Amino acid sequence: MNEPILSIRGLRKAYKSGTEALKAVDLDIHRGEIFALLGPNGAGKTTLISIVCGIVTATDGVVLVDGRNWRDDYRHARTRIGLVPQELTTDAFEPVLNTVSFSRELFGKPKNSAYVEQILRDLTLWDKRHTIMKELSGGMKRRVMIAKALAHEPDILFLDEPTAGVDVELRKDMWALVRRLRERGVTIILTTHYIEEAEEMADRVGIIRLGELILVEEKNALMQKLGRKELHLELAEPLTAVPAVLDEWDLKLNDGGTHLTYTFDGKAERTGIPSLLAAMRDLGIGFKDLETKTSSLEDIFVDLIHGGRIA
Amino acid sequence: MNWRGVWAIYKFEMHRFRRTLWTGLAVPVITTSLYFVVFGSAIGGRMTEIGGVPYGAFIVPGLMMLSLFTESIFNGSFGIHMPRFTGTIYEILSAPLSAFETVLGYVGAAATKGLTVALVILATAHLFVPLTIEHPVLMLLYLALVALTFCMFGFIIGVWAKGFEQLQVIPLLIVTPLTFLGGAFYSIDMLPPTWRQITLFNPVVYLINGFRWTFFGTADVAFGTALVATFAFALACLAGIWWIFRTGYRLKA
Ligand SMILES: Nc1ncnc2c1ncn2[C@@H]1O[C@H](COP(=O)(O)OP(=O)(O)O)[C@@H](O)[C@H]1O
Ligand SMILES: [Mg+2]
Repeated sequence: MNEPILSIRGLRKAYKSGTEALKAVDLDIHRGEIFALLGPNGAGKTTLISIVCGIVTATDGVVLVDGRNWRDDYRHARTRIGLVPQELTTDAFEPVLNTVSFSRELFGKPKNSAYVEQILRDLTLWDKRHTIMKELSGGMKRRVMIAKALAHEPDILFLDEPTAGVDVELRKDMWALVRRLRERGVTIILTTHYIEEAEEMADRVGIIRLGELILVEEKNALMQKLGRKELHLELAEPLTAVPAVLDEWDLKLNDGGTHLTYTFDGKAERTGIPSLLAAMRDLGIGFKDLETKTSSLEDIFVDLIHGGRIA
Repeated sequence: MNWRGVWAIYKFEMHRFRRTLWTGLAVPVITTSLYFVVFGSAIGGRMTEIGGVPYGAFIVPGLMMLSLFTESIFNGSFGIHMPRFTGTIYEILSAPLSAFETVLGYVGAAATKGLTVALVILATAHLFVPLTIEHPVLMLLYLALVALTFCMFGFIIGVWAKGFEQLQVIPLLIVTPLTFLGGAFYSIDMLPPTWRQITLFNPVVYLINGFRWTFFGTADVAFGTALVATFAFALACLAGIWWIFRTGYRLKA
């Protein structure tokens, strides 16, 4: 099926305070993909997710879950969707196993101890199943929130800034889990303002700023389309300074004068590389090695947010 | 109907009550005993009968109602206020539950607790005074109706309140005074005529007297009038809750 699993049309939200958190957002999420919604604080990521999940009322627009209106058919939509919210909110006195079983029952699913056990084991929570929430560390609470979201076997999972304030180990576990879920066919939408996260995990990336979705792109295509590139040269002899003749290339000298870096636009007709190399040869600067690299998505992002290459 | 979801909320709330079971039940037993020691022995000795009912027995319906009001409002409001306060309400809002199902879970649990307390008071009172209940079935139905109504009222307060302090405001400043002034411990026929007229504007008078009628077959107002007043309040609360869910008032941004 090629129909999007989630289709958002003209979604708008103006809070009572007057803040226009979303300005007519259109977005399709493909079945089985990992989609990263990337944007700075206050961009409207949480608002978007909250509207889809029924926690915030939309001012205008519709959401279709498998082609069905999410308000008219709210039981269908909500049964399919699981949400891990940004904030850690838990019932302090509930034991882990109870709170996860509660979530499953709340969503109308019959008891299934084996399934719940599997989730808890996947999230290394099984040994803690009788511990009450307030005795868990922040990272453990985050795991429980994921377990709660998965308890009713959703096939669309929202993760709102899943790794904010999370240690390296949990972050790795989380990505492993996300990949396993995707293999099982779960569609995953995550928000982040950590670019590495989108770069590492996502199939597609949407960039949101001030309530507007300014770009939606395959991650790889995005990297290429917007990628600036870097040429790294390992010099035969260290330099103390970049010769003035080479000023027009705006070179950076690093690693104690042993490496030169030249940044250029990967898409440009003329990269400036041949002329640079010719100029260096004329000066008698030799190099042992050279490589070009695509700059990270982070740079693209910073570019977008500050420079507005696409606006 | 998502009955499992309703049951999940109901069980969650009952579990919360169970954590404080002993204090929850000791309080009404002790309070009732105190009332009997003070009113029953000290005052009751001088006021032997009201409308043919011994004073000790006369105050039992009032005592039950007083506790039922406070319990129902408290539990009804706390149940929904807590998840709003901690943020766990996100899960309730994102679950496949209708407004009716959500309210049924919370109000059902709070009403169960309120009814339990009222019946514990009845049992305690029975240790102090002989009691025969004229219309036991009606008594239970009426008790359940009042419990549900005040739990819904509590639910509204729990949604409206901006903090735990505000949860207390209405029960303490409005409901308890109205109950004491509403003839919980005396007959409004004992008041001077002007006061009696004013008192008839107090809705609690009808609730207490309706309930008292199911006990003794006599009361200050007709049972039919009391029933109409009770249903009117119940409907007003229903309308309030309907409006809350329709507009998302203080539940959804
Ligand atoms: N409940 C609310 N009431 C009023 N304004 C809000 C509310 N929630 C969020 N906002 C505002 O809406 C904008 C988007 O917020 P949010 O969706 O939380 O962004 P993000 O998740 O991308 O950081 C911000 O300007 C924020 O201040
Ligand atoms: Mg957010």
